[in-house]
Amino acid sequence: MSIEARLPPAQYGLRLKRMLGGKAGWNGIILQILFVAVLVWVGYEIVANARSNLAAQRITSGFGFLDNTAGFDVNQALISYSGSDSYSRVLMVGILNTLLVSVIGIVLATILGLLIALGRLSPNGLLSRVAGAYVELIRNLPLLFQITFWYLAVLAALPGPRQSISVFSTFFLNNRGFIVPRPVEEPGLMPFLIALGIAIVASIGLRYHARRELFLRGHVIRIWPYVLGLLIGLPLIVVLIFGAPVVFEVPVLKGFNFAGGSRIIPEFVALTLALTMYTASFIAEVVRGGILSVHKGQMEAGLSLGLSRGTVLRLIVVPQALRVILPPLTNQYLNLTKNSSLAVAIGYPDLVSVFAGTTMSQTGQAIEIIAITMGVYLVISLITSAIMSFYSWRLGKRLGA
Amino acid sequence: MKRVTLALTLALAPVLASVGAHAETLKTVKDRGMLACGVSQGLPGFSNPDDKGNWTGLDVDVCRAVAAAIFNDPTKVKYVPLSAKDRFTALQSGEVDVLSRNTTWTLSRDTSLGANFAGITYYDGQGFMVKKALKVNSALELNSASVCVQTGTTTEQNLADYFKANKMKYEVIAFAGADETVKAYESGRCDVFTTDVSGLYAERLKLANPADHVVLPEVISKEPLGPMVRHGDDQWFDIVKWTLFGLVTAEEMGVTQANVDEMAKSDKPDFKRAFGTDGNLGEQLGLTKDWFSRIVKAVGNYGEMYERNVGAGSKLQIARGLNQLWNKGGLQYAPPIR
Repeated sequence: MSIEARLPPAQYGLRLKRMLGGKAGWNGIILQILFVAVLVWVGYEIVANARSNLAAQRITSGFGFLDNTAGFDVNQALISYSGSDSYSRVLMVGILNTLLVSVIGIVLATILGLLIALGRLSPNGLLSRVAGAYVELIRNLPLLFQITFWYLAVLAALPGPRQSISVFSTFFLNNRGFIVPRPVEEPGLMPFLIALGIAIVASIGLRYHARRELFLRGHVIRIWPYVLGLLIGLPLIVVLIFGAPVVFEVPVLKGFNFAGGSRIIPEFVALTLALTMYTASFIAEVVRGGILSVHKGQMEAGLSLGLSRGTVLRLIVVPQALRVILPPLTNQYLNLTKNSSLAVAIGYPDLVSVFAGTTMSQTGQAIEIIAITMGVYLVISLITSAIMSFYSWRLGKRLGA
Repeated sequence: MKRVTLALTLALAPVLASVGAHAETLKTVKDRGMLACGVSQGLPGFSNPDDKGNWTGLDVDVCRAVAAAIFNDPTKVKYVPLSAKDRFTALQSGEVDVLSRNTTWTLSRDTSLGANFAGITYYDGQGFMVKKALKVNSALELNSASVCVQTGTTTEQNLADYFKANKMKYEVIAFAGADETVKAYESGRCDVFTTDVSGLYAERLKLANPADHVVLPEVISKEPLGPMVRHGDDQWFDIVKWTLFGLVTAEEMGVTQANVDEMAKSDKPDFKRAFGTDGNLGEQLGLTKDWFSRIVKAVGNYGEMYERNVGAGSKLQIARGLNQLWNKGGLQYAPPIR
């Protein structure tokens, strides 16, 4: 006969009380409910008040305007767009332009920030002073000023379209932007992409095999020659069989501007440059702080095992530092995304410029448009933080913390 | 917790209580002792601050005239410089009482913004400016050009319509402020700068070398510019509207800033009605009997205002054209004051 341990009573009431009221008991619960009720009431009053005031002044309200024709053009759209499209299309164009500059800015700022941090920590006195000077100079100047500076500096340095700087008559640089040949799809594109996909999958498989060998048997296998062969060789063979995957449409000067080819507009370059440099100076300090937070004994232990400085950094110091770095790094990513709204100063068509700017003044529906714009930035920020939290959680699991 | 809730309720009380706060604009203005007037951030001829911070221009004179009609003092105006994209929000929210900021009267603006246009102070049209060195003589030669434009204006849509109608390609670069737009044009980012023709002449004065730039002959749109007031206060709407009509009527009657006192003694019936020596038309507007002479004393008649700010007496040197009086071949016309 076995004796079962008697479970304590479920005490649902108590649990509910704890959850809602904490230590304050039932009084706390009543206050919580009251507080929520007040919040809901205040929210309702704000919406109802705004609605009735708008109606009283006969200001159009509601989201119907999103289906109306926009009637204006935008100079950079990642999806096809023309003036006869609707305002909702303008919204998409704006969001994509904001995302484009944010994602590229984040990637470049992280790389630059890491390099500057490593430079600042380097035992080389000259390098560390230069990196230190960079951080102190860039992070202490207002961002708007830097954006305008790069825009005007970039524009002033470049010639007009007719005097373009040309590289082999295929790449052109002028004050209308950087014009590159545009790839046009050919029948060979599909087989080429498939071959490239197979090569990438095979390379990942190889790496997995090599790591297993290293961890289980201690064999070091050099895989890079095979990976290189796969990634270059396989697509090359396919190209020889099926023909070129793309042909390039070379831009030619026609009238005022170049026709054909793709163009990177100077507004984009100036904005990306300014955001990258500005945010990199903050990221550099975050990374430096993270690396310094790892006890120097770790580095010494690694060096005494005969590992190189680079290897110790890569395998021992940085993974531990990352735990400290990630939360403030997320802040910097969010800042960069939000700062991209300064684009309006230099005419880059981001969300604030085309939607909260042009669309708002054409429709006059400030409340709806500002609400949508805030919502978009909120969602972008929440997704960014979610991705960073996930990465941080996975890192924590890997480090066994 | 109690304290937090209380504080929150107190903080939100003004938000909740603001229902119908805009109903009596005249009373609000009188209580404040100042007319809040939305103007541009600097457009010579229309609204532009000088080096001492005094505002001048045609749009500014409209505000001065309204202030004179109410306070008998044209200086009682608080000028609020607004960018093109912020202007309507400022009017809707009650930050300004009148928006006198070279704003084009269109159907959608009249119906969906919760505001009314009180009249037309300047008949304008959109044009293009290019560098002389480009050797362009017509807007129809602008295929594939880059165009700088200020965002939040009717200009952007007119531009799209014009290039589409003429099957030409173009690239648009839109800036938030007029100064940024002109700077980008000057730095060579664009081939063309486009805005209302009056604006082109005004902005050209700000360029380093005005003579190197030429305004093309095409006028691609109708741009009737005028002051706006909020919906829901018809008395205020009437005051601004009749201030404009008063200015035009004064020119029609030959009343000027110099001769206004003399003219006020006239025995002609229409003069007596306007000057308030007969009847109480001014009081019907909610103003005083001498509203008409107050306005003319402060800013002169419409013709004087025009010549001083944008016409022969100014740097802009724009001919009267459509803005001449109706009986002299123009469009400026006022209903009778009776």
